[in-house]
Amino acid sequence: MGRKLLTEHINVEGIDTLEVYRKHGGYRSVEKALKTMTPDEVVEEVKKSGLRGRGGAGFPTGMKWSFLAKPEGVPRYLVCNADESEPGTFKDRQLMSKLPHLLIEGMITSSYALGANTSYIYIRGELLYVLRILEKAIAEAYAAGFLGKNILGSGYDLDLHVHPGGGAYICGEETALLESLEGKRGNPRNKPPFPAVQGLYARPTVVNNVESIAAVPVIVNEGGDEYAKIGVGRSTGTKLISACGHLNKPGIYEIELGLPVEEFIYSDEYCGGIWKGRDLKAVVAGGSSVPILPKELILKTAAGENRLMTYESLSDGGFVTGTMLGSGGFIAMDETTCIVRNTWNFSRFYHHESCGQCSPCREGTGWMEKVLHRLEHGHGHMEDIDLLVSVAKQIEGNTICPLGEAAAWPVAAAVRHFRHEFEWHVTHAKEAAQPGAVYRAGTVLV
Amino acid sequence: MESTATKPQFSEAAQAEIARICKQYPEERRKSAMLPVLHIAQAEFGGWVSPEVQYLVAEVLGVAPIEVYEVSSFYTMFNLKPVGKHVLEICRTGPCMLRGSDELTAHLERITGAKVGGPASEDGLFTLKEVECLAACGFAPIVQVREKYYEQLDTPEAVDAMLTELRNQVHRPALPWEETGLPNAVANN
Repeated sequence: MGRKLLTEHINVEGIDTLEVYRKHGGYRSVEKALKTMTPDEVVEEVKKSGLRGRGGAGFPTGMKWSFLAKPEGVPRYLVCNADESEPGTFKDRQLMSKLPHLLIEGMITSSYALGANTSYIYIRGELLYVLRILEKAIAEAYAAGFLGKNILGSGYDLDLHVHPGGGAYICGEETALLESLEGKRGNPRNKPPFPAVQGLYARPTVVNNVESIAAVPVIVNEGGDEYAKIGVGRSTGTKLISACGHLNKPGIYEIELGLPVEEFIYSDEYCGGIWKGRDLKAVVAGGSSVPILPKELILKTAAGENRLMTYESLSDGGFVTGTMLGSGGFIAMDETTCIVRNTWNFSRFYHHESCGQCSPCREGTGWMEKVLHRLEHGHGHMEDIDLLVSVAKQIEGNTICPLGEAAAWPVAAAVRHFRHEFEWHVTHAKEAAQPGAVYRAGTVLV
Repeated sequence: MESTATKPQFSEAAQAEIARICKQYPEERRKSAMLPVLHIAQAEFGGWVSPEVQYLVAEVLGVAPIEVYEVSSFYTMFNLKPVGKHVLEICRTGPCMLRGSDELTAHLERITGAKVGGPASEDGLFTLKEVECLAACGFAPIVQVREKYYEQLDTPEAVDAMLTELRNQVHRPALPWEETGLPNAVANN
């Protein structure tokens, strides 16, 4: 049974209220940090913990914090990125709706560490009901003296606000999120300057994912060194994995980093195996933007070692035989899944969600979607398969923000690992175009 | 250019909510309240933001109308055309597709008589809209109606239960800033 650092009390009745949350040790980190630690000491603990950004990029959180510019007399901001929109990822929504005070506690402790006196939680617009839950919890925190002026008599002031988006995946990219928070279209900004120097309202800003911020109270309470003892190597602590697709028990699981992928999929403690007694075909392990891997490569690395749920093990083999932990959006596909159809679906998503600012992304995502559409619907040509790879390569690295890569990687990886399926869609156009048509090695299911 | 149509007005409760929201941002950054105010406007004025409503939002925030249009046309949650009483936002992305969202969409089109991307059903009750990921992939397939998620709609019974619940709603549920029961809370149904 793995340790649960964030979700230990998630099913306690009334844990969304301040009273019950405090009974279970809530807000201890605020008292400890504000009364006994300097802001720099809090930053130091987060550095020691080895915590890496849980939104997908995996950049060390403490290091990100230490980049924050601190000019005299200029306000700085902490912004929580709660614009969870990556297909396969739904952990932050659950965390916020069930444990709103955990995020608020993390926001207070983190804001103190960064010297921010106003902080925002940017939440995706679809989750207005979660916004209401957070606002209610924030009101409770103000009433109890954890927010507002002179918090717990420490002389530290903080205002915390929740801000809804409007249904745009691109706003999960930190600079697009800041544009959106300023009341504009979510068009990503060129970097540099980085948000740590010029972020919200051109002031120094840190943008962190919900799960990263929710881990800060644990780190402050237990100490960075203790936190770092959990996990494997540079993958420290626990991670929320949102498991979905063709699993017996989809849902959100908090795992200790280092758990074997096979155990995660098949043990009863976690996903309980593949539904309907079918075989596993492929997995997208870290949200739709990361490369898809066939069963053989998600369970074992190319060298034949057990694949573990860590940043390093999942990316072992690079993009040739590996993938990424990303945001922990774990999508399992059974043997009846059509990879071409799935790739087309993802491609349509990225085309729809491209902000249109950079030509390679605006045009390339649409191009890939069209080619995949015709392959899936029985109008494709053999040269279309290489065309897809070529377009993906031309998008990658040529855009302001990483949405270009997010759109390109799934397509390139699907062709790399399942080229025979794409070819079958061309050679058996009529069968492939039928609803539910699926190719798998040695067998054709129509 | 001023619009000639009847000028809409926010209810008192909505005005109070907008005033509260505007205080969350620095005084000179009032434009930051754009998205929250558009959400309120859409909920108040029949589920869509007409050009007249966009003018109103511009006036409230002290920005040019084009700035409101730029934003409301970028974010998919804002409807720029009239909609039915209930907008059913059906997730069609990856994990939802794996668990049957294509079949769900076809089923809803058959039952309601509305078409995805088309006008509302003849009775004016339902507008169908396909949307990208709703971040509830583990409970797929999913439909969102206003602020409520209907999850695991993988059986006809689950879909029927949702539609019955929506059909039986005489008025839409009150939004937080309307909980005082002001008459206009139901006037825009």
